[in-house]
Amino acid sequence: MKREIPMIIAGTVGIVLIIQYFIPAEPFGTLNDVFSDWFSIIQASAIWLGALNLIKVSGDKIYRRHKDWPYAAIIIVSFLVMVIIGFFFSGGRRFLDPGTPFSQMYDYVYSPLTAMMFALLAFFVASASYRAFRARTREATVLLLAAFFVMLGRVPLGDMLTGWLPRWLHMSEVASWIMNIPNIAGQRAIMIGIALGTVSTSLRLILGIERSYLGGE
Amino acid sequence: MSTLGIWVGALLTLGILSFLYKDNPFYKLSESIFLGISAGYWFVSLYYQSLLPKLFDNLGITKMMGASETDGALQSLFIHGRWDPNLWYLIAGALGIMMLLRLIPKAGWISRWPLAFVVGTTAGLYFTRYLASNAFSQINATLKGFVVFGQPGFFGWANLNNLILLIGVVSGLTYFYFSKEHKGIVGGAAKVGIYFLMVTFGASFGYTVMSRMSLLIGRLDFIYGAWLGLLR
Amino acid sequence: MAGPNRADFWNSMMKIDRRIIFLFIFVAISVPMFLQIQLKIPTSPEVESLVATLDKLPDGARVLVSLDYDPGSEPELQPMAETFFGYALKRKFKVIVIGLWPQGPIQAERAKPIAETQAGRQFEYGIDYVNLGYQAGNELVIQRMGSSIPQTFPVDYFGKPITEFPIMQGVTNFSNIDYVFNLSAGYPGTVEWVLFAVDRFNIVLGAGNTAVQAPQVYPYLGKQLKGILGGMKGGAEFEILTGLPGRAVKYMTGQTFAHTIIVLFIIIANIAYFTTRKKEQGGLS
Repeated sequence: MKREIPMIIAGTVGIVLIIQYFIPAEPFGTLNDVFSDWFSIIQASAIWLGALNLIKVSGDKIYRRHKDWPYAAIIIVSFLVMVIIGFFFSGGRRFLDPGTPFSQMYDYVYSPLTAMMFALLAFFVASASYRAFRARTREATVLLLAAFFVMLGRVPLGDMLTGWLPRWLHMSEVASWIMNIPNIAGQRAIMIGIALGTVSTSLRLILGIERSYLGGE
Repeated sequence: MSTLGIWVGALLTLGILSFLYKDNPFYKLSESIFLGISAGYWFVSLYYQSLLPKLFDNLGITKMMGASETDGALQSLFIHGRWDPNLWYLIAGALGIMMLLRLIPKAGWISRWPLAFVVGTTAGLYFTRYLASNAFSQINATLKGFVVFGQPGFFGWANLNNLILLIGVVSGLTYFYFSKEHKGIVGGAAKVGIYFLMVTFGASFGYTVMSRMSLLIGRLDFIYGAWLGLLR
Repeated sequence: MAGPNRADFWNSMMKIDRRIIFLFIFVAISVPMFLQIQLKIPTSPEVESLVATLDKLPDGARVLVSLDYDPGSEPELQPMAETFFGYALKRKFKVIVIGLWPQGPIQAERAKPIAETQAGRQFEYGIDYVNLGYQAGNELVIQRMGSSIPQTFPVDYFGKPITEFPIMQGVTNFSNIDYVFNLSAGYPGTVEWVLFAVDRFNIVLGAGNTAVQAPQVYPYLGKQLKGILGGMKGGAEFEILTGLPGRAVKYMTGQTFAHTIIVLFIIIANIAYFTTRKKEQGGLS
């Protein structure tokens, strides 16, 4: 029953939510609301699980004196500092008020670190463009040209270089056309394909044909 | 505090930036702090913004602990003898605890129940929504008139763009159709589709570059402006 | 001898240390920050469409702003939030803020004072502005809001019951909202708003997206999405069209230099590639 009960849960919930799309009246309307609320609680628990699992893995590294165990200790200490500040030193439910220690940790530690982690990608995208972006084939050349027109068309330089041409040949107009016509065409083809795949996978999950989410024994 | 905070933020920013030279202890320290602080941030936020108001307040657990004046579902049932719809949250709470039991290897199998609930919910919702919004609506939006007199178009022609859009979508879909060999007309259409997809990927690449550069501009604005005070 | 030296030059260009490329990028973005260059920024139809939809709303309209991003996307999306709040102050909109990402509502509280300073007046909390905070559940939160917003967000960002706020009087679900403005960096975000709110509950939706996500939401333009602000350029256009210049316009100079250097890198790399390939093929024959 370790696998059968979850399959029954998945199937039942899935069918109820499909039916409520077509019959929003009771009891499906209420079930929709109840399931949405439960989902919210389960997702919150799942994120808690992720955070606690990080601590468990880090603790394991320290216990086994893994190569980078001091950094694992820093992870745990940072986590505990943030949690203690959030629960005990930031006014309870008003923990996000401006000026609370938790709020300041967000502004001066969390924000700069998150922002810089993502900003690093700018360097790597430049390096990757230089080292890998070659017009080796006709398809690659088309890709390159599209990127070229979009990159220059989306900054004022593009129009400065092509300002002498008729308006419809200005770089910004070309970039706009690329985004609104061939880009939409390609994105739409991908989107429709994914939609059909999603429908098929959803049906397989609800009917219990797809069971990979249950894991092993 | 603000000056100290800006210095802390700047030093951590430089720590992450130092990775560009090579992996080093300063970077590893900043990265570890980032991981711990992020996990702690999510942990606290989810408690106060989701679990506390929706689960503990609604059930009346906060009233029982003396942290609230308002009765919850448990008080309604056991003190006032009334059924409260919020009692359904007991099941949500149980499923949440089952999810957390994944941390204990011997009891981890029970986490399949809330996981199955999540999978079932998502499958049920996506089945209808993706079909409606990402399939039917998109097909509807593609099938626009391309011989309409008196309509403006990019080249001043009657909806040339709509025709190009239609060709692009159909040929793109043909490329992804693998049930027939890509030969003859199907092969030709697929070839056209590839070119449309290449334009799509090129446009996506251009925008990705734009995005990443924007993020770096923001960080350097903080370094030069807020920290070093070099910008007006 | 000119031939082998030229080939050696292009060969070494192909194998250049990536730290040199990093340095070029660092300089290319740093230098414009110290130059006071004002560039003319052309506007695009998708941003004009978003602003036109906003202009059609009556003064005092009730708008829902969903901030679905974290500090990682701050330079692109925060200026859009500041501009939107500034515009809302100008038009006296009633603004309800929520977040599908936990950082979103905090970012709103960071954008609000900047907008208020620029506009020269403040929101009155609970009267023309309220921040309902974050709820876990991703797209299920949107789905639930279609049924009941008060039950989805029982308390606000500061932990107070939302029934206490005049702005929330008469707000049951999406039918009481005139416009939804979504700032999105990924999942959950604009796509989920289109799937679960536009097509199900017929909301009017405008979106600001990171440049990474923007190409993917273009297919929704038209019936499902009434305009897109794509990346920092979109944010700059939004500032220009609303008459509220801010950070995005300022950052466009750096953006221009960055794009120029990337394009030059690609051109140089391809010249190096074709030159060395020609040499190799010449050597083989």
